[in-house]
Amino acid sequence: MSTMTAVPEVEAATKFVGTPKKVSTHVNQNEGLIFEKSSPGKKAYRLAELDVPAIDAKKLLGPALRTDLGAMPELSEIEIIRHFTRLSTWNYAIDLGMYPLGSCTMKYNGRVNEAVSRLEGIAEAHPYQPQALAQGCLQIMKTLEDALIEITGMDAITLQPAAGAHGEFTGILMVRAYHESRGNARRKIIVPDSAHGTNPATAAVVGYEVANLKSNAQGMVDLAELERMVDEDTAALMLTNPSTIGVFESDIHKIADILHAKGALLYMDGANMNALVGKTRPGDFGVDVMHLNLHKTFSTPHGGGGPGSGPVACKAILEPFLPKPIVVTEDDGSLALSFDRPQSVGRVRIFYGNFGMFVRALAYILANGPDGLRQTTEDAVLNANYLRAKLKNAFELPFQQPSLHEVVFSDKLQAKNGVKTGDMGKRLIDYGFHAYTVSFPLVVSGAMMIEPTESESREELDLLVDALKQIAREAAENPELVRTAPHSTRLQRLDETAAARKPVLRWRGQAETGLEVGTPAKEW
Amino acid sequence: MRYLPKSPSDRQQMLAEIGVATIDDLFTSIPAEYRLTRDLDIPRQHGESEIIERFRGYAEANANGYASFLGAGVYKHYKPVVIDSLIQRGEFLTSYTPYQPEIAQGTLQAMFEFQTMICELTGMEIANASMYEGSTGAAEAIMMAVRVTGRNAAVIARTVHPEYREVIRTYATHQEIPLSEVAYASNGRVDMAALAAAITNDTACVLIQSPNFFGTIEDVAAVAELAHSKGALLIVSIAEAISLGIVKPPKEADIVSLEAQSFGVALSFGGPYCGVLACKEKFLRQMPGRLIGETKDVNGKRGFVLTLSTREQHIRREKATSNICTNQALVALMTTIFLTVYGKQGMQELAEHNLAKADYLRSVLAENGTILFDGAPRFHEFVLDVPEGAAEMNEQLLEKKIIGGLTLHEWYPELGPGASLWCATEMTKRKDMDAAAAVLAELGQAQLVGQ
Repeated sequence: MSTMTAVPEVEAATKFVGTPKKVSTHVNQNEGLIFEKSSPGKKAYRLAELDVPAIDAKKLLGPALRTDLGAMPELSEIEIIRHFTRLSTWNYAIDLGMYPLGSCTMKYNGRVNEAVSRLEGIAEAHPYQPQALAQGCLQIMKTLEDALIEITGMDAITLQPAAGAHGEFTGILMVRAYHESRGNARRKIIVPDSAHGTNPATAAVVGYEVANLKSNAQGMVDLAELERMVDEDTAALMLTNPSTIGVFESDIHKIADILHAKGALLYMDGANMNALVGKTRPGDFGVDVMHLNLHKTFSTPHGGGGPGSGPVACKAILEPFLPKPIVVTEDDGSLALSFDRPQSVGRVRIFYGNFGMFVRALAYILANGPDGLRQTTEDAVLNANYLRAKLKNAFELPFQQPSLHEVVFSDKLQAKNGVKTGDMGKRLIDYGFHAYTVSFPLVVSGAMMIEPTESESREELDLLVDALKQIAREAAENPELVRTAPHSTRLQRLDETAAARKPVLRWRGQAETGLEVGTPAKEW
Repeated sequence: MRYLPKSPSDRQQMLAEIGVATIDDLFTSIPAEYRLTRDLDIPRQHGESEIIERFRGYAEANANGYASFLGAGVYKHYKPVVIDSLIQRGEFLTSYTPYQPEIAQGTLQAMFEFQTMICELTGMEIANASMYEGSTGAAEAIMMAVRVTGRNAAVIARTVHPEYREVIRTYATHQEIPLSEVAYASNGRVDMAALAAAITNDTACVLIQSPNFFGTIEDVAAVAELAHSKGALLIVSIAEAISLGIVKPPKEADIVSLEAQSFGVALSFGGPYCGVLACKEKFLRQMPGRLIGETKDVNGKRGFVLTLSTREQHIRREKATSNICTNQALVALMTTIFLTVYGKQGMQELAEHNLAKADYLRSVLAENGTILFDGAPRFHEFVLDVPEGAAEMNEQLLEKKIIGGLTLHEWYPELGPGASLWCATEMTKRKDMDAAAAVLAELGQAQLVGQ
């Protein structure tokens, strides 16, 4: 373990080294790969007694019988618990503290959400069980759909997409189907240069050309440029609002008008919906179709990178094209899945979506109610503006317009000393935080994008402010310390170039580092 | 609101430090005509006990106390308790995508272990860190085969899950990938003569499922030989991952698309599940989705990072291999723990129990119905044909609190109205199988009397 003050000793006496207030270093356990801990004959299971006659697998399967399971591990239960618990302690998490990651909306994940998703009648519902015996699941979907339609101000919704990018795919498929139904699919989708990478990638997957829209000097949509680009061949504009610099597109109605005048549609990337819920509705400001990220705005857990859920809401003109099936209310008041959707874009996923995430998102909405959701948005915006006010003298603020839920600084002041946004992000780890979003959006050189969310107390925000100010001072007085951060973690900077040049994507049988052969690695 | 860590005076002080009077001063960039001045019309704020009560109500409105013989792409297996106690650790549950590897080694190492286990199980050389689920995984595999071969069309077995085929159609339409479907032979396996005829010079890949939708295990080696002889890749989709404990892995395939839900993941009315793509190493650069790679830190210690992201959308934008961004990390972790609990021996024993249960179910149902597609090995599903019609049969079964096999008429009209797909796993009880068989026997008697 290195320590926080891992700087050359001679220099340490003269150069500033900050004092993290949020964390202290402590011992953490070493742990090899699960395969390195395995020994033949160990078990962590016992099957129930077989209540039917045993079979001869060789006789039933013939040449299809498998005889070797390769390097699958063999361990006891205590070793498994320790293995994964040790691994878990190497992760940072919301439960440990703030993630100032912009556009990622890392908010608190309420635990009641987890509890209700595990109720047996919900967790063990089979997607093909008769609809009369799945009314509870359909009620959950319908209640969530109604709430999300009201929150977005749209007319209809599908919960089927499995994640945000999958929602984009679905939304753009619907755009395409809409235009096709009017005789011409059109050729291009306009994407601002400040957009998430998924936007252009999605347009391409749906068979559209991507036209890049350059932002204006304020980092916003350049109306004149947009007007010049939009023509009868434009299918849609994919817009993030508030934009990726955390600013509301105040000319949103003009943007919508420019598109609609040429028959093009306005698609909204809902990644930043946490700035809007309860305060304004995309459906009211001209959006035709949008996706939501339940794992951002509606607090379903990120889980280290998924599962997500990306519902797509739309105006009535796009409703016929929603993926099938959709939930409908029958005459007798019962709910049913309707597959009779001749204009549907088809299925984008098996079954009905990441249902377990619907349960959690609905529990979150119920825990909040209308007053709680509005207060949530207000607190998220309050937190971002507080950080902006406290940090604007330490870091360059490239755009001066008012921020909503996130604020983008740049490393311009620190880059003079050779300290880049990525370095300061890494140094923030030593101060007990996750890094902010580094080098995104692309319209800001050296971007430092910070979204605190509503989940942070004033104390936690003050700790972040203190950490970033100390890092700014370190960047000025002790740049090498920042450039080589982090210093306090289990591992220091990892060689990502080597990982990509000679990819090692699986364990191949030799323990390379960690526990040496002959040390008491096993539990016995 | 109990999730918000601020007192009213905190808010006032913060507003003062920002230099505004009220919170609405921070929302002035939203044009006044679009500001919402009323409450959202959604359910009122609930207390925690009310939320639990409400969801208990939903749970009770679902099937309760029914025995079920449903499978068809999603399977009820026992979930060892350690899975849930480990994945509910906040460090796993509430961590972000591991873009900062120094503070995400837990997730990264677990995903590296996942990739290794998937390689071992499928017989492939590399695997990604998971995909949304099996159907979109299969669609991504086809697009990958198109990129690898420079050919444009795909041939799909009719015994691939019908909903998978629908999803593939949705993806293929806009990629302009022509699809053709190949029928099954009388033993339930893909019709080799029809397959030979369907593969053309423009065929990028053949997609089969094994065990297929009818539960039949395909002759993967033979299909691979045929596809390869015509310059096409073979993609094998596996919807029942437990089969890999006892069925030969599809080593001859070029890409395997696996749905790993069976490895300890709840049915949860259709998701979230855990897709994953595995393939030959030479196709690495065309693989979609996140990949975890081994490397060293500046002190030479082993560590893991997200790697080869130059394939991905956040770097390549419209030229990316796919628009996919998230994986199913937490679900992949569940499957990794499941596989660790059962391990090398347990996977085999567990699969054997599934085989035994399904064989018993087949034997008792065969007394009053016909088992279709004999003559090829199957895993734990099979198609039953009853003269009374599957719908009538299932109605009778429901009266005894049994959810029978999935009726197949809509997806496979050629099988007639009597066909249904039955599944037994290690969780299926003998008494329930006997009870289902008794209902079928009564139904048969009633029909005889009726005649």
